Amino acid sequence: MEPSLARYIWTHTRKQQLWILMIVVLSMIPYFMSFNLPKLIVNGPIQGGGFEQPGATQPFMRLNYNLPFIGEIQFFSGFQLDRKETLFALSLVFLLLVIVNGLFKLYINTYKGRLGERMLRRIRFDLVDRVLRFPPLYFKRVKSAEVATMVKDEVEPLGGFIGDAFLQPVLLGGQALTAMLFIMVQNFWLGMIAAVIVAIQIVLIPRMRRRLIVLGRQRQLTARALSGRVGEIVDGIGAVHVHDTSNYERADIAARLGLIFKIRFDLYQWKFMVKFLNNFLAQVTPFLFYMVGGYLVIQGRLDVGQLVAVIGAYKDLPGPMKELIDWDQDRQDVQVKYQQVVEQFTVEGLIAPRIGALTIDDPDPMTNPLSAISLSIADDGGAMLLDRISLQVKPGETVALVSTATGGAEALAEAFARLNRPDSGRVASGADDLLELPEAVTGRRMSYASSDVFLFQASLRDNLLYGLKHAPLTSVTYDGAAADQHRWSIAEARRSGNPDLDIHSDWINYASAGATGPHDLFEAVRRVLDAVVLSRDILDLALRSSADLTRHTELARRIVELRAALRTRLEHEGLSGLVVPFEPGAYNKEATIGQNLLFGAAAGPELADKALAANPYFVSVLRQAGLDRTLYEMGMEIAEQAIELFADLPPDHQFFQQLAFMSAEEIPAYETLLQRLKNRPHEAVSESDRAMIVTLSFAYIEPRHRFGLLSDELMSKIVAARNRFYENLPPELQNAVERYDPAKYIAAATVMDNVLFGRVGTNHPDAPDRIRSIVYDILDELGLYAELLDVGLDFNVGSGGRRLTGGQRQKLDVARALLKRPDFLILNRPLSALDQRMQNKVLRNVLEEARRDGHSPAIVWVVTNPAMAAMFDRVIVFDSGQLVEDGTHESLLAGNGIFKELLS
Amino acid sequence: MLLKDEVGMLQRVPLFSGIEPTKLKLLAFTSDRVSYSAGQILFRQGDEGDAAYVILSGRADILVDSDSGPIKVAELVPNSIVGEIAILCNSSRTATVRAASPLEALRIRKDHFLRLMREFPEMTIEILRVLADRLSHTTADLIDARSAK
Repeated sequence: MEPSLARYIWTHTRKQQLWILMIVVLSMIPYFMSFNLPKLIVNGPIQGGGFEQPGATQPFMRLNYNLPFIGEIQFFSGFQLDRKETLFALSLVFLLLVIVNGLFKLYINTYKGRLGERMLRRIRFDLVDRVLRFPPLYFKRVKSAEVATMVKDEVEPLGGFIGDAFLQPVLLGGQALTAMLFIMVQNFWLGMIAAVIVAIQIVLIPRMRRRLIVLGRQRQLTARALSGRVGEIVDGIGAVHVHDTSNYERADIAARLGLIFKIRFDLYQWKFMVKFLNNFLAQVTPFLFYMVGGYLVIQGRLDVGQLVAVIGAYKDLPGPMKELIDWDQDRQDVQVKYQQVVEQFTVEGLIAPRIGALTIDDPDPMTNPLSAISLSIADDGGAMLLDRISLQVKPGETVALVSTATGGAEALAEAFARLNRPDSGRVASGADDLLELPEAVTGRRMSYASSDVFLFQASLRDNLLYGLKHAPLTSVTYDGAAADQHRWSIAEARRSGNPDLDIHSDWINYASAGATGPHDLFEAVRRVLDAVVLSRDILDLALRSSADLTRHTELARRIVELRAALRTRLEHEGLSGLVVPFEPGAYNKEATIGQNLLFGAAAGPELADKALAANPYFVSVLRQAGLDRTLYEMGMEIAEQAIELFADLPPDHQFFQQLAFMSAEEIPAYETLLQRLKNRPHEAVSESDRAMIVTLSFAYIEPRHRFGLLSDELMSKIVAARNRFYENLPPELQNAVERYDPAKYIAAATVMDNVLFGRVGTNHPDAPDRIRSIVYDILDELGLYAELLDVGLDFNVGSGGRRLTGGQRQKLDVARALLKRPDFLILNRPLSALDQRMQNKVLRNVLEEARRDGHSPAIVWVVTNPAMAAMFDRVIVFDSGQLVEDGTHESLLAGNGIFKELLS
Repeated sequence: MLLKDEVGMLQRVPLFSGIEPTKLKLLAFTSDRVSYSAGQILFRQGDEGDAAYVILSGRADILVDSDSGPIKVAELVPNSIVGEIAILCNSSRTATVRAASPLEALRIRKDHFLRLMREFPEMTIEILRVLADRLSHTTADLIDARSAK
């Protein structure tokens, strides 16, 4: 990157800088005119200069110029105005100039603001573009949070400065010079006073500010290190807790913050010290003006109007001067920041732009063998991982790489994936150096998966299809306002040197997954998920999540059919007792009292959880149904029982998971509440206390809690209250609840709850598992399996995929590599988180899936267990960075080498 | 059957008879009420032991695998406990238990049971007393059997 900030700015904004300079110069004309005007007003109409005779008039707006050679030319003789009229006219001109100056300022500020923002966008893009082109090794040494903070925070001030980079010195310098000149013209000695003070400022202040720059640099580095450490704590939070080192981290952060505080406070002190001095110098000048200027007026060597004008002009001098000095400080500050960032982003061996160039058309298949030629790779410490290895993998061949602990097979796989650079020798595809091939070839015709998986914080679907998103393949048509917005985006992107690729285009390369479009892509997805044995996990996720009905319409449309099928099936298998269905006219004993009352899923906060018992409308319904007192008494009973059972347990006790009514933290509150409310008549209890108590009863399930609180009468009252609740539901609550309706899909509930439309009995320990497998069967029979899988694919995997297990992440990574249908599939211990039995199963499936439909990709698999090698055409054994054996499984078994040793 | 009835049942189980009722109530509350129809398996021989069962109503057979298929070695009646050894030590199930009639039972989970023992030492001492008593009976039986030989 360009090391000099000034040159970087000049290269990219030359034209704009010149234009704005021109505007600034133009703005000087009215600016200067506005200086002279007060003198004219004071000396002329106010003091009566030129109006000595009553009724005298002066020409106004006379335009005459004294041109060389031609002599004086009069364009306009002007209006004749008397003293008062002249006063008003000149004042109006003053007002006009104020407006014109203001408008100039507005235009200039807007223009340079835009200029700065565009440059900021350009710098940030350039930086991220470089991150995308850093050599893989570089990432072993940088903390991601530090890079992020450089891109985001450290270049931020550059944006503000860029607009001012060339403009500010011209504008402010011009203003200061104008003011200076004006003062000089009025009175030489007064001008000299101002000049001396300005000179002191110019020399002294920057000197004092040198320390500020040093401190500023320290502040930048310490802040960057802080964000690196915070990022590390977040990423390594598990290690922190496992080793009880949270206090060590606290100490480290506190120490860093202490240092940052010290630097910042130093900075603050110096800044205000400098400010004080600067202000003082600026204020001293008027003092001299009043004294010296006043003396000159008294002596009659200066008229009052001149003195007023000088003081007026001087008012405009310290401002520009101060800003000019500020600008200089900013310049140095920003230059330092820029250099710091550029240093970090200047890396040897940056990937050439052509490697990652956008390629729309798919490249030809890689038909040449992949080879390592006298390849050596060392790790960061200089130890040899691979020592002059030569081997060739032919197209269509399946190769198992077996390695001892220090074998180096992983380094070879990484070299094939271009994640590890050779120290000597090379990796090649046919005659071409693999590192010279564009990513459009290697990223589409080769696939790589390893045990070290990275997933983006997005849905499972997005992560799975990520490997197909190479280029924008469709052009989206926009209409109306969206079209304008789109045109604007493109134009703006170009002005900032950003690419104008449309993120909303369809980036998915269906053809490489063996599909023709979105409609049949799903088949391919399903096959790879089945191959890595991930489908079942995704289905489980789907059952536990609520479906997005705009996407999964089929599920909602056929919900009645589904529910009926489940009932029939359960009856058929004699399992009807497992699920108690919701029926609008009956009490469901396996559901809580709250669920029986509401008989719907809360879709907003108004009726959810604890808010239900306090909702005024709900309370009024309970009162009308004669339930308020009953449920209150029930709540009191539950509170007593719960406190009796749980009061002596420590609050972190695992039994509290069993207590559905209240949390451990709430027990003391309920204890005092119970003391207070005991023996108090129901009428005398406050609304909020009542809600606290009644809400306990809402969590009660008779078969589970077995307190004996539910009678037939109560159940029928609850059903009646349920109907009453929906009869008069006020409009503001219409959207807060979705009533259970046997014929309707409940959007706010999970897919499982929707299919069950009831509650699983509590006293059948294996019921949930049995029901789940029955539900899968039914969904498959009704052809809704794919739909359910699709619901599961909406699942957000969380930051770095951490909402999935390690095994699931690895399976997903393999599925992603398979989906591309590559010519070379490189798998580097891809399933290390799985047990051996599962690894073997996935291995078999993957080999089969990769060769489906007559494909025959080469597969290079670094296996975790030598026994897995039996399934490959060829086995290559590594030991201490050397290739020690190479042959078929049988031939190696027959030999007496390391492979046989490893197997035993 | 309500919680308080279950407490009554637990009191009649020798292992729990010396434990105060409030603790038994907590044990009952944190246990699951499970029901089985005739022929359903509570647990199988060789499984990992994760819970003990107190029979509340109905009957169950204790079966041991042999070369000629499962042999019934004992029958469980209400108020009896089964599987308690497996939740005290980390052994696998030594027999299969199958419901012989519709069965109601209280399923006491291993981690809950151990937690209660840790929390309330007086309860642990009570259980130790019962186990020691059993051991002394078994030892006496063994001596009888040896001397009878």
